Amino acid sequence: MEIFSGLLHGFAVALTPANIMWCFVGCFLGTIVGILPGLGPPATIAMLLPLTFLMNPTSAVIMLAGIYYGAKYGGSTTSILLNVPGESASVVTCLDGYQMARNGRGGAALGIAAIASFVAGTFGVIMLMLVAPPLAKFALQFSSPEYFALMCMGLAMVVLLAGKSILKAFLAMLVGLWMAGMGTDLFTAQSRFTFGQADLLDGIAFVIVAIGVFAIGEVLGNMETREGVPMLPVPKGLRNLLPNMEELKACRFAFLNGSVIGFIIGILPGAGSTIASFISYGIEKAVSRRPEKFGTGVPEGVAAPEGANNAETGGALVPMLTLGIPGSGTTAILLAAFVLWGLKPGPLMIQENPELFWGLVASMYIGNVILLIMNIPLIPLFAQILKLPLYILYPIIFGIGMVGVYSVSDSLFDLSLLTFFGLLGYAMRKLDYPQAPLILGMVLGDAMERALRQSLMMSQGDLSILVSRPLSAGMLVITAVILIVPVFRRVNALRLKAID
Amino acid sequence: MNRGEVVSGVALAALGGYIVSEAARWEYLGPDGPGPGFFPLWYGAVMIVLSAVLVVQNFLAKATVAGRPVNWREVGRVLIVWAGFVVSVALLKVLGFILSFGLFVLFVVAGMYRRPLRVAISVAVGCAAGFYLVFPFALDVRLPIGVLGF
Repeated sequence: MEIFSGLLHGFAVALTPANIMWCFVGCFLGTIVGILPGLGPPATIAMLLPLTFLMNPTSAVIMLAGIYYGAKYGGSTTSILLNVPGESASVVTCLDGYQMARNGRGGAALGIAAIASFVAGTFGVIMLMLVAPPLAKFALQFSSPEYFALMCMGLAMVVLLAGKSILKAFLAMLVGLWMAGMGTDLFTAQSRFTFGQADLLDGIAFVIVAIGVFAIGEVLGNMETREGVPMLPVPKGLRNLLPNMEELKACRFAFLNGSVIGFIIGILPGAGSTIASFISYGIEKAVSRRPEKFGTGVPEGVAAPEGANNAETGGALVPMLTLGIPGSGTTAILLAAFVLWGLKPGPLMIQENPELFWGLVASMYIGNVILLIMNIPLIPLFAQILKLPLYILYPIIFGIGMVGVYSVSDSLFDLSLLTFFGLLGYAMRKLDYPQAPLILGMVLGDAMERALRQSLMMSQGDLSILVSRPLSAGMLVITAVILIVPVFRRVNALRLKAID
Repeated sequence: MNRGEVVSGVALAALGGYIVSEAARWEYLGPDGPGPGFFPLWYGAVMIVLSAVLVVQNFLAKATVAGRPVNWREVGRVLIVWAGFVVSVALLKVLGFILSFGLFVLFVVAGMYRRPLRVAISVAVGCAAGFYLVFPFALDVRLPIGVLGF
């Protein structure tokens, strides 16, 4: 009943003309961002974040969330037509999507991707609506030790799942913690890691790091070569964009599989939509009656990963909104946005800001409908964006990044930091250091240190407070298991190799 | 051996050393609980250990695993673009955003993408004018102003 009345309230908020417009703007920008290779949702949200400071926070979050899930709809377009994933989560879609396009079923592949995105995206919102309120109520029991343990667990999951190497992910996270610690210590006013620069006394604004590492670093990486990628022809006419009954029938299980897997994986910090899409594709192939056909252009090979990719959004918002713990780069930036607007995501978020939470949930229902309508008939139009020359697109991204950073602080020093973080982002890409742990370390670093120090103040310096409370002890045990199991596996593999 | 991993591991170990040395100068535990040096000391130490593991791992694997070859031509191209970006940021104080950004766009289009000068100038002027119309004019967002007053 509480959920139903909350949802009604949410629709009253989301259906105001201004919020419908912002939802549409978010979905529209998201689709474009998803289509453009090399410009992902975290970069776009980071760049647009400063422009939302003057907006009502509810409208702003509706728009930014629209970019987040809208990009997932658009991400399939380049996978299917170019064999180039717009974002890492669309990599799997290339396998069958591009083959379908080569077989002359590109329109149907785009249609299936849009329908799967709609079904799974809506499923994700329903689950977000059902899971978030009880989880928030449960989290009200948390105090500083539990928060510290929860953040440790979240970061450990991110480290485990974010990149190919746990070691590199851990190191990236530690660098994020270090950057979060720069500036004046909140408890003692001691300046830390400022290199004698007065400009660093307030620390480094999160926006600079996010834009530098994600947007500028990403564009620099894309500018390594001049060449673009040839595009397959975009089917014209609505009839050519709709899958036939046989194809839809083949996708029945894939829609469900993608929705459930995507949502569950989304809740886990660090797992993200890339892992969700791979697992969902793997399950679909494992249960299929024709697994040998996967990779040759089967529709369920498009529906499963695209569904998982979209349902993940609803899952990823659960820990971010109810616990204040983001699980990915994009949700970390959204969390930072909440903080900049003066809001505090966490267990009290739904109680204290029902308008924002329920408005967001309702807007996601509306947004998914907007995206379905926009994506099926208008895909040929959106695909024209791919014809925009890279030599125009990339400088524009540099420019928006500069404007975004300058609009936060009016500081040329911050712009020089942006150049540094841009190069750092590129170096991380080249050296295979995942960016999400760095961003998460930076977002959570301050809160994590505060929770640890408050816990130790409560216990007069006794570290056992972290393990003497059942909830925090449980979460720390899980953290230890997450970090130790891969080490054991590696040691065991080396042992077996030595025996052989 | 992956040279990139070794170099980044050494750099991160040095960063860890710097963090630990700085944190050691600050209070670790005071009467009110942990001081400003408490948390950095721990993560700095962990950073040193993990970077050392990364480096050692690479030396141990040198006989069997080869690092991915680096295409220095591509890296060089990126560094040139980045240098152009740095110069345009450095020029903001003197030239302001519109001129400085316009020059950067001209450099990218003509220099990096080898488009004819006529095209490059059109794109640069179009981008600079577009940014002016969207941000200061339509959205009232401030941009850096140079000595010429814009």
